[in-house]
Amino acid sequence: MSESSERAGGQPEEKRRGLGGAIGDLLAPVAGFGVTFSNMFRPTVTEQYPYVRHPTAPRYHGRHQLNRYPDGLEKCIGCELCAWACPADAIFVEGADNTPENQHSPGERYGAVYQINYLRCIFCGLCIEACPTRALTMGNDFELAGPTREGLIFTKEELLAPLTQGMLGVPHPMVEGTTDRDYYRGEVTGPTADQIAWVERERPEDPTLEGARQAAATKAVR
Amino acid sequence: MTTTQPAPTGQVVPLVEVTIDGVRTEVPKGTLVIRAAEDIGIAIPRFCDHPLLKPAGACRQCLVEVATPDREGTLRTMPKPQASCTLEVSPGMVVSTQLTSEVADKAQHGVMEFLLINHPLDCPICDKGGECPLQNQAMAHGRATTRFVDVKRTYPKPLAISTQILLDRERCILCQRCTRFSDEIAGDPFIELQMRGARQQIGTFDSGVLGFAGDAPVGAAELDDSGRPFASYFSGNTIQICPVGALTSAAYRFRARPFDLVSVPSIAEHDACGAAIRIDHRRGVVLRRLAGDDPAVNEEWISDKDRFAFRWQVAADRLVAPLVRDGEDGSGPLVETSWADALDVAATLLAQRRGSLAALPGGRGTLEDALAWSAFTRVVLGTNDVDFRSRAYGGAEEADHLAARVAGSGLDVTYADLDGADVLLAGLEPEEEAATIFLRLRKGVLAARTHVTVLGPYLTRGSAKLRATLLPAAPGTEAEVLEATDTFGASDGDRPRIVLVGERLAAAPGGLTAAAALAERTGARLAWVPRRAGDRAAVEAGLLPILLPGGRPVADESARAEVAAAWGVTPPAAPGRDLAGILDALRAGELAGVVVGGVELEDLPDPAAALAALEAVRAAGGVVVSLEVRRSAITELADVVLPVAPPAEKAGTFLTWEGRPRAFAAVFDTAALGDAAVLGLLAEEIGTPLPDASMPAWRGQRVAAARLDAPAPPEPGPGQAVLATWRLLLDAGRGQDDEPHLAGTARRAVALMAESTARGLGLQGAAEVTVRGPRGSVTLPLVLAGVVDGVVWLPFSPRERAGAAALGAQSGDIVEVTA
Repeated sequence: MSESSERAGGQPEEKRRGLGGAIGDLLAPVAGFGVTFSNMFRPTVTEQYPYVRHPTAPRYHGRHQLNRYPDGLEKCIGCELCAWACPADAIFVEGADNTPENQHSPGERYGAVYQINYLRCIFCGLCIEACPTRALTMGNDFELAGPTREGLIFTKEELLAPLTQGMLGVPHPMVEGTTDRDYYRGEVTGPTADQIAWVERERPEDPTLEGARQAAATKAVR
Repeated sequence: MTTTQPAPTGQVVPLVEVTIDGVRTEVPKGTLVIRAAEDIGIAIPRFCDHPLLKPAGACRQCLVEVATPDREGTLRTMPKPQASCTLEVSPGMVVSTQLTSEVADKAQHGVMEFLLINHPLDCPICDKGGECPLQNQAMAHGRATTRFVDVKRTYPKPLAISTQILLDRERCILCQRCTRFSDEIAGDPFIELQMRGARQQIGTFDSGVLGFAGDAPVGAAELDDSGRPFASYFSGNTIQICPVGALTSAAYRFRARPFDLVSVPSIAEHDACGAAIRIDHRRGVVLRRLAGDDPAVNEEWISDKDRFAFRWQVAADRLVAPLVRDGEDGSGPLVETSWADALDVAATLLAQRRGSLAALPGGRGTLEDALAWSAFTRVVLGTNDVDFRSRAYGGAEEADHLAARVAGSGLDVTYADLDGADVLLAGLEPEEEAATIFLRLRKGVLAARTHVTVLGPYLTRGSAKLRATLLPAAPGTEAEVLEATDTFGASDGDRPRIVLVGERLAAAPGGLTAAAALAERTGARLAWVPRRAGDRAAVEAGLLPILLPGGRPVADESARAEVAAAWGVTPPAAPGRDLAGILDALRAGELAGVVVGGVELEDLPDPAAALAALEAVRAAGGVVVSLEVRRSAITELADVVLPVAPPAEKAGTFLTWEGRPRAFAAVFDTAALGDAAVLGLLAEEIGTPLPDASMPAWRGQRVAAARLDAPAPPEPGPGQAVLATWRLLLDAGRGQDDEPHLAGTARRAVALMAESTARGLGLQGAAEVTVRGPRGSVTLPLVLAGVVDGVVWLPFSPRERAGAAALGAQSGDIVEVTA
């Protein structure tokens, strides 16, 4: 430390001595470009965002997502622990009763209203630590700018993970003979024939039915 | 004797010296160790202990180490830790709590671990999570991790005890607070401990759980008059005192979490008891109401109506803007308009007819509203034609009674007086009409300090829970029975006597006179118990044709002078018309208009006639101005409707039946204005600003109470019976709208009569009877009970069927009864 400061202190003196005289005066106007010229030969750090998009670090705290179980039921139970944990008061949740006709998540309760205000969110991740069912996780999406305030309050529809191939759209009953704990332990791996039959009866036009039927069939073959 | 509270008697209780955690203290003999520790600021964890319930020692969480001196005075430690909630202090006792004793601390940790063995730990979805004593104490005193690896005991959940109360037996720690409350306080043991050992659980009567193979129980099962398992009017309190989330309410289920809620203390608006409540709201919506803690009034209990009925204030038919009639001639439909326009229209219409206007302010307002109505009527309308009574009974006798004995009488008989007195209830069914009085009386009765005598047609379940003596009286004969009564109560006059007169007694001519005479004869104090929250305030404000504020008689010149000095305007000297007189005058065209407050058409003596009167006055060019919270039959008839704020949106003071002021603040700061503010604006618009002056109670000569002799009692002919009826706590009232869960706990409507009456009417074995009155008939299941002979009892306006309201008959009228 002391050595470097000594050098830093001594350098101008030395430079003045070495470049003294007429040549020194000649080069003085361009001496400031030294930093510029030297950086021309170093690797570039500027990102060409948005033309070139680099992946974030894997554990980057980005946009939230509300996850689903493999049969399509929501993991969120509307417990509001995320809202409680939030230091910026960015999350608003209202719970509601799961009924046999309107089952959104395993167990008794589901999140009927779920909003995250990204104008307030500080991406600290305390909410996902608080989540008792791993329903709320953070993705790597950081492009959260928008022209309106309303648009930056993300609702449940925007936050909910899309139904992947083989998942059955909610609401539908739980897998017969299981409890919410079985779901949590990962013992439910996809929709069953009974669940598909229930959705066929209640919502024959549901677009997820075909994929769910295929998933159930392949699992049965296996 | 193990009492939880020192006896409220004057005798000196000797003090006992104990040492708790090294702190020496003196407490009255009989104090529990847990209370003695509380006194010096040492908190011992507990679940089952509740200061208003008897000690149970059920949860064992409050274990402490105790040492007492033996005969030689050497301190000897008890071999095992003791439950401090059941142990009374003794001289020289040395108590070491978890703060100073390893033994106590270890014992409490062990109990906590046992309590959590079968607890599902579903705190994230539990309504109690965040305000749960078990959760808090597990965090404070429990282990960080569980050692229990086996399968927990589970039950199907939740079990609906009633439509409102849900029971989750997995979460229950068997502290028995709910069963003890139901048994000791409410007297409705609708839930009880069942089974033994690990399968022990709380439940309703369930033959499956109890192992009855289709047999009926040997003893008397708790059934109500209608023959179905009992639902309690006080069941909501069990939710509040449950130290875990085992009991939850269907209405509040999963609606919010405690940290979302903003709590505001308030006063219940459904009856004249003035129970303290706590209103919890979130984002401008009231989500639940809890009992407040007020030892002088409701202790820690409220009725289910006070707890669960609050959505009427934001019902879909709530008025948001003033309404006026469309069209030039004012005959069109009601349309919304601005306040400025509505006030202008109303002021013009009223100013043109000044001198021939009346006011019906209703009995639901605060004291401030009532005073504003009183001033508005006298100063702006210039009349004494005002009557707050909007019910089917009560004439000049009641007005005289109120003016002579109630108005300006201040705080006389209080709740505390009811505990430790011989009480006569006349025209009052406290469980249905004044729930807080019921609980206070029952407390005194159970402690053998109070004796209750009930004047009525039969011993109701509520009266039975008060262990009351019945003074049987058919409707219409109340005065006669009271006159024939020389004394009442169980003591020989060593306890004070109190006569509680319900507003229904006014329906029996001479009843109030006889009750007052009886009170005088027996040296009893007399109190009047109305049904509505604003009735007492209305009496104090002089909303009667013969009364001015503070109990001042209209007819007294010096009283008028006092009012004139305060208001700057002399009130009219002639006594005005009462409710019936106003309606008659409207019909006959003697009045050119009326300003109506919170009056429900169905409550008036004859709704059809009242409707006709209002239509007649409008047809004759008169005016009807209505101040209402929600659209009603009267707002539909009005020329101008001015919306007023419900209690949650205004501040004010209710007066309880005792005369105790109960001030409350607004829960929400909205644009809605209270009655007083609206009347003030209207008066200003008319050009006669309302005086803002308070007056002390009248000290001068009071109205002399008229002595009315009882008329001959009704004589039912063949095929007829005398109708007895009153309102139940949970009826089809508009204050309980939008509360389906609460509605499910209402009593089933039945017709009650004595077996002899049924035989005389030829109704032996009939399952249902049809009761016919002048305006209609109702058919209800027949239940034989110990009703006075010749009387049929019907609920007035039950929740799920038509009741006496549909008959067009009042209590004491003769109705036809057929199979």
